[in-house]
Amino acid sequence: MADISLSGAQHHVDGIQASYMAQVQRRRLYGGLTLLIFVVLMVSGFNVADDRNAGGFWDGLHQIGDYPADVLSEAWDKRADLPALIVKYFPALVETINIAAVSTLIGAIGGLFLSLLGTRGLAKWPRLIPLFRRISDIMRAVPEIVIALVLIFVLGGGPVPAMIAIAIHTAGALAKMFSEVSENTDLKAVDGLASTGATWSQRMLLGVLPQVAPNYVSYTLLRFEINIRASAILGFVGAGGLGYELRNAMAWGPGRFDEAAAIFILLFGTIVFFDQVSSRYRNRLTEGQGQ
Amino acid sequence: MTTIDLDATKFEAEKLFARKRLIGFGIPSVIAVYFVYIFFAFDLPGLAGRANMENAVTLASDSWSYKVHATRDNRSGNVTYAVEGERKGTYPEGQRPDWVRGDEVITIDLGGDIIVRYLPDNRTEIEIPGFQLIEAQAEGRTVTTNLPDDLPDWISASDRRVGITTPEGRITLTGARTEVFNYFPGWELFWFTLDSPYYGQSLATILFGDQIDPARGNITGAVSDWWNNTMWRHKDVAWAIGETILMAFLGTMGAALIALPLGFLAAKRFSPLMLLRAATRRLFDFLRGVDALIWTVVLARAFGPGPLTGALAILITDTGTFGKIFSEALENVDQKQIEGVASTGAKPLQRYRFGVIPQIVPVLLAQIFYFLESNTRSATIIGAITGGGIGLMLTQAIQTQKDWEEVAYYIILIIAMVMLMDWFSGWLRAKLIGRKT
Repeated sequence: MADISLSGAQHHVDGIQASYMAQVQRRRLYGGLTLLIFVVLMVSGFNVADDRNAGGFWDGLHQIGDYPADVLSEAWDKRADLPALIVKYFPALVETINIAAVSTLIGAIGGLFLSLLGTRGLAKWPRLIPLFRRISDIMRAVPEIVIALVLIFVLGGGPVPAMIAIAIHTAGALAKMFSEVSENTDLKAVDGLASTGATWSQRMLLGVLPQVAPNYVSYTLLRFEINIRASAILGFVGAGGLGYELRNAMAWGPGRFDEAAAIFILLFGTIVFFDQVSSRYRNRLTEGQGQ
Repeated sequence: MTTIDLDATKFEAEKLFARKRLIGFGIPSVIAVYFVYIFFAFDLPGLAGRANMENAVTLASDSWSYKVHATRDNRSGNVTYAVEGERKGTYPEGQRPDWVRGDEVITIDLGGDIIVRYLPDNRTEIEIPGFQLIEAQAEGRTVTTNLPDDLPDWISASDRRVGITTPEGRITLTGARTEVFNYFPGWELFWFTLDSPYYGQSLATILFGDQIDPARGNITGAVSDWWNNTMWRHKDVAWAIGETILMAFLGTMGAALIALPLGFLAAKRFSPLMLLRAATRRLFDFLRGVDALIWTVVLARAFGPGPLTGALAILITDTGTFGKIFSEALENVDQKQIEGVASTGAKPLQRYRFGVIPQIVPVLLAQIFYFLESNTRSATIIGAITGGGIGLMLTQAIQTQKDWEEVAYYIILIIAMVMLMDWFSGWLRAKLIGRKT
């Protein structure tokens, strides 16, 4: 009797071990296959990209330093002019930052409404939740350059097309992040306000916003960092600001590298500065919330 | 509780309220003042003057419609018909659209009872309901017409050039040629160009009907003619989208591969050397701070335009970003798991493999897939600068300022591409690390 049950247990353990080993082997196989597919994709992708590039990777590799070296050496030769050039391009920098700031503000306001209208439990018109979600999906999917280029054609060059383009994308991107936060809000405050007869906007302003404000501000600051970069890049395709000046300075080629260097310095300094400031404030906001 | 206590509390509460009120009104008013400053700094009042509404109308109408040009060369007297006036869209010799009739006198029916007749000897007659019959004679460099002096605003006329805009189409007359533009909704020649035998055939005929081209089977022939369509360049568009996704993929994955070992160097727990740690962190800050724009410019000088340059620009910028995120994730790993693995006698490499990696993989994968989607968008922009991918095609199409239907097509494709990548990376993330965003 005891013998039988023991051997039964023995079989049982063997079975578990066998199935465990099989499982491990299958996992290893899948893992290996995934790795293999990944390596094949990377290598073949690299080869395709290398083929379709004007200059090859291996030919260009030793030239990477050439352009920065040219720019730096020329800038060093004319280092006496650099402060004057930095002053000259400072208004362009202010324009780039303004584009980023305004579009972040407009985008945050738009994203706020889109997220509140697209969150279950908070929406003013619950039936329209999918509509607002699709709208923010589409706004998020549109790359800034698409809207910027079309608007440059209609409105002419300058900061406004870039501002609108970045604001639209920001509204979509922030709407998604905001609604992830507002989904976790405590609805008791909203219910309490509703019981006093508060309107929808009062419920949102007094019941929801105080709960989510630290996270919202933190996401908005993060977006501001991203938008400074975006506004510089859009300048390069004709939307004003520092990027536009950079393209002009580069079109002059050698002899004007000191101007390119001045713009590089301004851009680098600005990005690093706002990264540091915003990450400090974001840390403070999220830590303050934890207490 | 004494009254003094109460007073103090009340005083405190009132101060708090006053501060809150100040913030509540202060922040919105600061923002409002900033908007006013921007209103003037960006010259919004002058925007109306700079905006070109004609461009907006062209853009809006051209993106969903096409025009067929019926052009008479007034020197040779030849009439040609071309979709969008392009050589690639010209009707072959002996063929013409069905709204054109007659041989000696060529009658063009624009619809809505507007009829243009190309008469011999470079004469033209235009019938417009509710307006007199317009007769025009082209001679050398001038056009003479019977138009009255006071013209409605849809006609512009001078000795050299007469332009008539009707709801159905446009007519321009110059000494050298007479042109009629007939507008139709839709994207013409999207499937097949006029020289393809499959042009004008229905889908059912191509799939199930008799063989149209004796040399090729219907389906292979049709697919190949569509793929090599010279007007819409489906092959090039597909390659361009592939290039853009490739840039994003190579850039993101390459950056992750490089950033992972560097992340260990920058994390306090795994890198005891303070100097090395600080150096790695400054490297990350530098890579991120220089920004994709400058990297693109610098790399384009070394590698020339193309997808590889874009991929490398993304790779370098994201190495900085990933390095920062990865090292932060590594700082936060749970020591217990590593100790547990170490207690089994695992060597350092095994401790990393089984104690650390399983903890950070979900964080890393989530970030990598998030960036894969966002880099697809960046790759579109970077492509426009370096010259590769769908971004370049879009910029070129916008700069030529006439193929707005192609611009609309590219925009739809770009949005679809980004949404597809968004969905795909979300799906892959869910598959690999479970449903937890």
